[in-house]
Amino acid sequence: MSETPFRVLRVDLASGRGETLAIEGRSRWAGGSGLAAMLLGRFGRLDRPWDDPEQPLVFAVGPLTGLYPLMSKTVCAFLSPRHGQAAESHGGGRSALALRLAGYDALVITGRAAQLSCLSLGTRHLALRDVHFLRGLDVQATGKILRRILPGAGHRSILRIGPAGEARAAMACINVDTYRHFGRLGAGAVMGAKNLKAIAVQGDGSPAIPAGKDYPRVFEEVYRLLTATDMMHKYHNLGTAENVAVLNALRALPFRNLKQTHDPGAAAISGEAFAERTLLRNAACAGCPVGCIHIGFVREKFMEPNQYLYRQVSYDHEPIFAVGAMLAVCDPFAALDLMEEAERAGLDVMSAGVALAWATEAFATGLLSERETLLPLAFGDARAYAQAIWHLARGQNDFYRLLASGVERAAAHYGGAEFACVLGQEMAGYATGEVFFVSQALGFRHSHLDSAGYAYDQRHEKPGVEDACRHLFAEEQGRCLLTSMAACLFARAVYTEERLAACLEAAGWGEIASRLPEIARRVQAERWRLRLKGGFTPEEVPFPRRFTEVETWKGPIDPAFLARLRAETARGIRRLAAQAEEDRAAGAAASGVDAPAAEG
Amino acid sequence: MKILTAPRMERCIGCHSCSLACARLVHGRLSWNTAGIRIASSGGLSTGFEAHLCLACDPAPCAAVCPTAAFVQRRGGGVVVRKKRCIRCGACAPACPVGAIHLEPDGEPFVCIHCGRCVPFCPHDCLEHREVEEGAGGPGEEERP
Repeated sequence: MSETPFRVLRVDLASGRGETLAIEGRSRWAGGSGLAAMLLGRFGRLDRPWDDPEQPLVFAVGPLTGLYPLMSKTVCAFLSPRHGQAAESHGGGRSALALRLAGYDALVITGRAAQLSCLSLGTRHLALRDVHFLRGLDVQATGKILRRILPGAGHRSILRIGPAGEARAAMACINVDTYRHFGRLGAGAVMGAKNLKAIAVQGDGSPAIPAGKDYPRVFEEVYRLLTATDMMHKYHNLGTAENVAVLNALRALPFRNLKQTHDPGAAAISGEAFAERTLLRNAACAGCPVGCIHIGFVREKFMEPNQYLYRQVSYDHEPIFAVGAMLAVCDPFAALDLMEEAERAGLDVMSAGVALAWATEAFATGLLSERETLLPLAFGDARAYAQAIWHLARGQNDFYRLLASGVERAAAHYGGAEFACVLGQEMAGYATGEVFFVSQALGFRHSHLDSAGYAYDQRHEKPGVEDACRHLFAEEQGRCLLTSMAACLFARAVYTEERLAACLEAAGWGEIASRLPEIARRVQAERWRLRLKGGFTPEEVPFPRRFTEVETWKGPIDPAFLARLRAETARGIRRLAAQAEEDRAAGAAASGVDAPAAEG
Repeated sequence: MKILTAPRMERCIGCHSCSLACARLVHGRLSWNTAGIRIASSGGLSTGFEAHLCLACDPAPCAAVCPTAAFVQRRGGGVVVRKKRCIRCGACAPACPVGAIHLEPDGEPFVCIHCGRCVPFCPHDCLEHREVEEGAGGPGEEERP
C-alpha cells in the first residue's frame, strides 16, 4: 500500500500565489518537528542569510493533530535572526487545529511581499492582502482589526507580529490568538523581513474521523487519563507558575540578573500569589481540556475620579521569572504590566526580561549611561522597564537595536559579557545547575524544553558526565517524537511511546506507528545536521562567568564538570549530524533525489 | 424529554472539547463546525466564550420552513433530524432566530439533537442535559451555579 503524502501549501509572497504540493516521506518524518525539519532542509538555503527573501517560514502540524487531546501544537521552522541557523519554535492556541482543518500538514511561506501584508487561507480560500495601514500597530490592536476585516469569524487562528517583528528584532515573537506564541529565536523577525504582518488560518474543513471502533476507544482512554487523573493537576491548578516558589526554595530561581538564586521577594510573585491576587480565569488551546493558560488582570486608574480600565494578561513561570525575578519586580500586578507591554510590542518576554536585567547591571556598573538606555534603569523600577521594553521593540537607538539582536552582542560592544545571562539565547528561568546550563546552551532550540536538564539537576545530587549526557540525548529524542505528532509537551507523561503507537494505529497511521524509534532518531539527527550545516559549532558556545558563580542548593557550580559535559554533548551532537549525513547519502543513492510534485 | 443547555458558560476555557465530541461521536467528523454545539469567542479571546446551540424551541421555526420534513418538531423542544430527507435547500439556517444551525458549503445542516453526548467532555461542567416538561418551549432562564 502506498503512503499518504504530506499535503503542503506553499505560498510565494512576491507573487501572492500558492500551490499545493504532495510530498512523500510520511513514514520517515511523521509530521510536526520531523516534517518541519524536512521542509526547512528542502526549501531553505542554509548558506544564505536568514532574511534572504527565498528563505522559508514553515508551519507544520502532525498526524495526530486534532484527533486526540493536547495534540494541539504547531511547529514553526525558520532560519533564526539570532544565529542565522536552523531554528524551531512551538505555538498552540487554535493554530494547529485550524491548519489541520484547513486541509494541510504544513504551510511553507517564501518570498517577500511588496507591501505589508496579511495572508489568509482556508479549505477553499487563499489571499494575500495589503495591510499597510497596520504598520507599527501593536499585537492586540492588530488582532482586533484583523478579526473585523477578515472573512469568516469564529474558528480561525490569527498569527501576527508587533512593532518588534516589523523592526526585525531577533527577540521578536509571533503572537498566536492573543495568549500564545512562537516565542523564541526570532520567528517574528522572519515575518517582518517578509513584510508579513499576519497569517489567518480558517479551519473550515470537516474530514471524516478514522474508521473502526478503535479510535473512539483510544480517544476515551487518553481523555480519561488527562482529565480524570492527577497527571495534569499542576498545569490545571497553579500552572507552570508553581515553579517560582519551588525554585526559590531550592536556591535555583535566577534573580537580579542571576546575581542571586533566591530572594524573599519571590513570595510576592509566586504562582500561589498570582492565583490569589490576579488570576481572572483559565483558557485553553483548541482540543485541550486541561486549560493551562492562566490569565491575570491588571487595572489602571487612567483618570480622576475613579476612572479605571482593565487588561487581561496571560502569565506562566517563564514570564514571571523574566520580568519579575530577573528585574526584581516583586509585585504581581507590576510584573503583569510588563508582560502586557512585551506582549503588545511583540517581543519574546523571556529574552526581553533577561536583556533588561543585563542592561540594568551594566548601567549600575557604569558600562552604560542614559545616553544609551535613554532613562535610568534600576532593579525593581517597573515604570522604567515598561518604557525600555518599547525602546527595545522599536530599536529606538543603536544601543537598543544591538541589545534586541542578543545580549551577547550588546555585551561584546559595551562590555559586561561576564554577566550576560545567555545560553545560546537569553536564559530560561532555571538556575538548577550544570546540566541545565549545558542543555540550554547546546539545545537545538536553546530552550529549557529541548531536554529538560533542569529536571535532571533536581533528581541527581552528583551527576556523572556520561549518564547526564545519555539522559539529555535520550530525552531530546523522546521529545522529538512527541513534537513530530505534534503534541504539547505537558502531555508527555500520558503520551508514552506505546500509547502514541496505539493512538496512531487507531487513527489509521500504521505506517508511522510501526517506526517510532526510527523516526525519533531520524528527526533528532536531521535537526542537528541542518544546524551544523548552517555553521553551529557546539564546542564554542560560550558560558559567561556568571553561570559559574551561581550557588544552588547543591553548593557552587563545578566548572570542570560543566566543561566536560559540554565537550561530551558537543561530541554527541556531531555524531548525530554525521549519522544524518550518512542516512541522507544512503537515501539519495537508493531512491534518487526527491523533488516535490504538484498535487494532482 | 431532555434538552442540552449551556448554563455555566462563564466557566468555559475555549477548549472546543464539546464541539469536537459532537462532531466525532454524532457526525463522524473531525471538526469544530459540523457539530450541534459550537464555541465562539466574540471580539477576540479576551471577552470569553459563548456556545452556539439550539435553544429547543417549541414550535421550532426551522422545522416550520423545512420543505421536506427533514426537520420535524421534537417533543420537549428542538427538532428531530432525518438526514435522508434533506435536499440541502438551506432554508433552516436563516430561520433559526439564534444562529444555531451550521450549513456546510454543500448545504448540509448541522444542529443539536439534544442527545447530551458532548456533556461529559466539558472539563468545567458548563453544560447540562436536563429534563424539561413537554411544551415548556426552550431552556428558560439560565441557571446560576
